[in-house]
Amino acid sequence: MRTLRFFKYFLVVVAVLSLPSPSPAQQMESHIGKLTGHSESGKQLFYRYCWGCHGFRGDGNGENWLPTGSYPYMPYLNIQPRNFVAGTFKCRSTQTGSLPTDQDLYNTLVRGVVNSNMPSWITLTAQNRADLIAFIKTFSARWKNDKPGDPINVPAEPKLTAESIKHGQELFQKLECWKCHGQEGFGDGPSASTLTDSNDQPIRPYNFAVGSRFKCGATNQDLYKIFMTGLDGTPMPSFADVIKPDDAWDLVHFLRTLQVTHKSPELTLWGSTKEGAAQIASRKVSGTPTGSGIKQ
Amino acid sequence: MKTKPGYAAVLAVLAASTIAFAGPSGGSISGKVTYEGTPARQKPIDMSKEPGCAAQHATPITTETVVVGPGNALVNVVVYISAGAPDESTPPAQAVTIVQKGCQYLPHVVPMVVNQELKVVNDDANSHNIHPLAKINNEWNKSQPPGTPPFSEKFGKPEFIPVKCNIHPWMHSSFAVLKNSHYAVSGGDGGFTLPNLPPGKYTVTAWHESYGDQTQDVTISGNETKTISFVFKAKPY
Repeated sequence: MRTLRFFKYFLVVVAVLSLPSPSPAQQMESHIGKLTGHSESGKQLFYRYCWGCHGFRGDGNGENWLPTGSYPYMPYLNIQPRNFVAGTFKCRSTQTGSLPTDQDLYNTLVRGVVNSNMPSWITLTAQNRADLIAFIKTFSARWKNDKPGDPINVPAEPKLTAESIKHGQELFQKLECWKCHGQEGFGDGPSASTLTDSNDQPIRPYNFAVGSRFKCGATNQDLYKIFMTGLDGTPMPSFADVIKPDDAWDLVHFLRTLQVTHKSPELTLWGSTKEGAAQIASRKVSGTPTGSGIKQ
Repeated sequence: MKTKPGYAAVLAVLAASTIAFAGPSGGSISGKVTYEGTPARQKPIDMSKEPGCAAQHATPITTETVVVGPGNALVNVVVYISAGAPDESTPPAQAVTIVQKGCQYLPHVVPMVVNQELKVVNDDANSHNIHPLAKINNEWNKSQPPGTPPFSEKFGKPEFIPVKCNIHPWMHSSFAVLKNSHYAVSGGDGGFTLPNLPPGKYTVTAWHESYGDQTQDVTISGNETKTISFVFKAKPY
């Protein structure tokens, strides 16, 4: 038994030593505020904390997604982990089709991704997170050949008024957000059941009624960025070319009122108007955060 | 005689296009794309979830994964010079256009040259989102509500990119981003012509969205016209 165990450790050591080491050309840095992350340090952390899901090659095919010897094939996760080789990212401050900034990736590590298996990595040091971001950038050649896009400008939030919410509601109709997210924001619109992500995996639109946080943040600024940048790799498109900044803030204010289980100034104000109170009272929260139970 | 100005305009356009194409004269490759076997039956599309679009089609349109014509003609095949012609560093000045009308992409297959302007138009009274599922180029996804002006995009690397609208799951198209402008799309009779080819050895590739691609080597000398044909094996499923 002991020899066998020793042999196992030996194998692990050999495996770790034979990891593909980034050649100098592949080494990457990340810059987050005053921090500089280094891919050589991030590599150690990746093969300790991340590869179980994101995979040895960073392609999202880790043990938890493709369990060895599992037949019939049963992943432990219900959402495939991010494929860093593709270099496409949901949570960005930059235009659709462009790379995110280092800070965008760092923010995802800090907050984790709600309703997925990605936890918050707040327990690591800031330097550790910066190093991980640098290493993640070695998986795709896009980081060498391409630069992050220009950030979408988020102007200062105007004063919250009932008119702003009302106008946001009109925009929700006009821009046909309800086609996927549903008239009441339950994520049950007519197109909801047909949606797939860019890997042909089924994906559900966000259900506003049951949660407070979004995939890409929890603040009004984050919400503004989500629909302006779009979530690349998913059916959520960018509206940057079609919504003016003032209108975008109106839409943010209205979307907050769809979050009936989350206390917000928007919900309180809307509830104090006659029209808003009636609307909120009529909403019977249904569905789950992951969108199961959508009518096909 | 009333139609005279109309004729004049048509003639002018014809003349202009002849002049535009008359640049480097040379040989050409033409031919026909056909299939053998039984192609998959195309199913009628249920657009009842988008009444505005359903109303635009007297009879429901069908899916377009395999479009055929009389005489086993295979339509919507991109035939292009994949080797032998130089890469074009300056793309054609004119934009290629894709129109969303009646919840359908027109045309179904859109060839273009690397970095050529692609104009996206929404002619419908409802929203669409244009989502090219690029793997080599950057994947983007843009919403285009009704009444918004056309927008322009371009792709920097050669690639065949499936395109979809997530709001209307039946809407599919393909962008063929090519290295040079020697390309054609097989028409209703399966026919194609690649004009203006200087003498030389070429590899001609025919690409179909469901049946993949085929290549043939062709040598052009002088001003000759070579005729070639492509036959794709159709699968009934």
